[in-house]
Amino acid sequence: MFDVAVIGAGVIGAMIARELARYDLRVAVLEKEADAAAGASRANSGIVHAGFDAAEGSLKAKFNVEGNRLMAGVCEELGVEYKNNGSVVLAFGKEQEGTLHTLLRRGEANGVKGLKILSREELFEREPNASRNATAALFAPTGGIVCPYGLTFAALGNAMDNGAEFFPDFELVRAEKGDTLRLFSADGREIEAKYAVNCAGAGAAKIARLFGDTSFTIGARKGEYILLDSAADGLVKSTVFTVPTAAGKGVLVTPTVDQNVLIGPTSVEENTFETSIRRAAFAELISKAKAMCENIPFGETITSFAGVRAYCDRHDFILEESAAAPLFNAAGIESPGLTSAPAIGRYVAEKTAARLGAKRKENFSPKRKSYFFFRKLSDEKKNEIIAADPDFGKIVCRCESVTLGEILYALRANPPARTIDGVKLRTRAGMGRCQSGFCQPSVLETICKERGIGPLEVTKNGKHSEIIAGGEI
Amino acid sequence: MNRDIVVIGGGPAGLAAAIAAYDAGCKNVLVVERESEAGGVLKQCIHSGFGLTRFGENLTGPEYAHRFLAEAEKRGIEILKNTFVTGLSAQKEVTCMNESGIFRIRAKAVILAMGCRERSKGALNIAGTRPAGLLSAGTAQKYVNIKGLLPGKRVVILGSGDIGLIMARRLTLEGAKVLCVCEIMPHSSGLRRNIAQCLDDFGIPLYLSHTIVEIEGDTRASGVTVAAVDENKNPVPGTEKHFDCDTVLFSVGLIPENELTKRAGLRLDGRTKGAFVDGDRETQIEGIFACGNVLHVHDLVDFVSEEAEIAGRAAAAYVRGGEKQKELIPAECGENVSYILPQSVNKKESGAQKLFFRVKRALKNAVIEAETGAGTKVFRRIAVAPGEMENIVLSAEELVNAQKVKISVRGEQR
Repeated sequence: MFDVAVIGAGVIGAMIARELARYDLRVAVLEKEADAAAGASRANSGIVHAGFDAAEGSLKAKFNVEGNRLMAGVCEELGVEYKNNGSVVLAFGKEQEGTLHTLLRRGEANGVKGLKILSREELFEREPNASRNATAALFAPTGGIVCPYGLTFAALGNAMDNGAEFFPDFELVRAEKGDTLRLFSADGREIEAKYAVNCAGAGAAKIARLFGDTSFTIGARKGEYILLDSAADGLVKSTVFTVPTAAGKGVLVTPTVDQNVLIGPTSVEENTFETSIRRAAFAELISKAKAMCENIPFGETITSFAGVRAYCDRHDFILEESAAAPLFNAAGIESPGLTSAPAIGRYVAEKTAARLGAKRKENFSPKRKSYFFFRKLSDEKKNEIIAADPDFGKIVCRCESVTLGEILYALRANPPARTIDGVKLRTRAGMGRCQSGFCQPSVLETICKERGIGPLEVTKNGKHSEIIAGGEI
Repeated sequence: MNRDIVVIGGGPAGLAAAIAAYDAGCKNVLVVERESEAGGVLKQCIHSGFGLTRFGENLTGPEYAHRFLAEAEKRGIEILKNTFVTGLSAQKEVTCMNESGIFRIRAKAVILAMGCRERSKGALNIAGTRPAGLLSAGTAQKYVNIKGLLPGKRVVILGSGDIGLIMARRLTLEGAKVLCVCEIMPHSSGLRRNIAQCLDDFGIPLYLSHTIVEIEGDTRASGVTVAAVDENKNPVPGTEKHFDCDTVLFSVGLIPENELTKRAGLRLDGRTKGAFVDGDRETQIEGIFACGNVLHVHDLVDFVSEEAEIAGRAAAAYVRGGEKQKELIPAECGENVSYILPQSVNKKESGAQKLFFRVKRALKNAVIEAETGAGTKVFRRIAVAPGEMENIVLSAEELVNAQKVKISVRGEQR
């Protein structure tokens, strides 16, 4: 019997679970996919927004600014890569310059610090590759970048290290309300809990309906991206935006914490929740990016992908207890959801703990050990680690210099990786310029050894995504 | 640690370079190899066709590698395995990492022999989903030949590079159905013999000027849409064909692995994607040499060995006597030539010099002109193709008054 069932292991679920783990509560995290961060938290721009975009007085504005303030500390505790690289919004012409002033005023009203309008010259000094056609820019020094799935794994892992239990492949299909909640998975498992938190992202409305709550609907907007190799590092220092429109913040050009350059997202209103890339996406992304930045080395493209952003019909975050069940809805967490996640986690956990009358634990440990930065350590530090564990001296992924030690750590530490993608997202093995061509067979073998399974059972990302479909020879 | 010569990479290039350096009198050679066995990609190339030029014998990849491994062993050349080179400085300090930690080797000369990697599907901007079952031809080759695993049963191959062609046959022999090979160019980049022996003999269709425009499948690949392309490589509407498949193999080019080369401060040639070298295969940094697929992508390993021996001998001479007097003249690409290697030639060289180059288009009855500023020498070939590296030899007399070597190729459309 659990006190709380957190439904959905995206960044919101992971952050809520971590904050709940501070209390004397038994927490279960249910995830329909084989791993955490399987939805929008995986295919995401990874931006820590400053907070000048959300409407004054909205939940988005409140949690964005608060989340931005918390992010650096949370990443430090969890060993997640975060960089305060600043954001720049480009204006092209007088009308858009007017919009910059609107954003500046809105940001100041939201409590964003340090906002400044840059002249053309100041812009080019900061971003030499910004489009020559830009006439001015808004600079937000508190803007940053973070690894969205890294943050999700680390927060969930920290929750698990503090007692939370993770149930992957648990697709909730039925919820029975009685003295307690009985939650049933598609494959016939059952979990009992006193209270549930719905943070199922794109599936949040569907989950709410299982509890008899029809108070909101969720729509889906697809965003397509292209990613450039770290050879493109240095193209831009800040995250570069254009002025927002009704369709959202538009395409951005940003460095990632892993020294790649990310271009996207598009915004496709499809409501199909699927993540295929349209044929037209590439030309659209390339032309939009070229209008924002000069000298983009598109020849360094290493992959392209799409994600689905859930949004709700209220166009603000839903953070409230359901009227229909002992259920807290954390739904419609569209952008700036990632930025807001640390603040949302805290808020939802406080509300839930109060509801259940839970007390804070004394032995909560906020720190998570991470080898994620191994390649960035000094030689002396690396030598220390290799001396203690020689597996850290064996490079498996040559493009990203990922060692066997890191891969084994990813397969063992909470939440343990179970798939090729699980290893990839935790360690970067396979994320470099060869896109797993060299390392995938070794990673597959390591998964087999570590999990005691055969090579035909190893999947890319769970159900029916077997890597080997032709059998053993 | 100090060494006269450090060879980075124990594949066919590195082994041949080390052996040649040793035989030229430099005994203090170390080969650093990242894998647990030397031999490079030849280990997984179990098909035959290696060594025809060099040994006049039809060897498999492992057999070809073994000849060099045996020679290296006979000489007692040290191969440091399971060791990854993480850094290289212009001062020829090589940083390595292995189970015992990170350490540095100071070398008098360094030979770059890191090989190449396959261009990934991600670089191609193909629409659709990203399911399991999309892999490069070389990865599939490793699964089949080293791991004993068949990646899939119904396969479409994009790109007609040699590895893709070889894998079309290999997968067919292991029981998979290879539905077709699509090539975006109007010609294959593979060897003619591979098209005959790997596709034609098995009735596998080759669609030239075709590409994959969309990939389907949520979990595992379930199909692809293929379309013809126009002369600008844009898909032609209305030409789409659909194939149900569980696997897509990509054989879309090889890229020299020059991350270390760049770290040493060397600039790369945009055409070869490797360092600029002279006839000794010496880079623009004195005492750093390069050979094999890290320098430019070869189609026959026999030529890799030949090139590596040049680099090995030159490195030994450098260690012995320092930088020699050179008067370099540029090799210039004329009509229908995509690149020439070496990019510059030392006209002071006492012997003849061989220049390797690739043509841009397939031609028959080809006339090759080498213009030196002091005269033009003409060579003839029955046929030339982009997938098959050509070479010409110029004597010391022909080069002594040269200001450049400009190679042009003309002929009839094939």
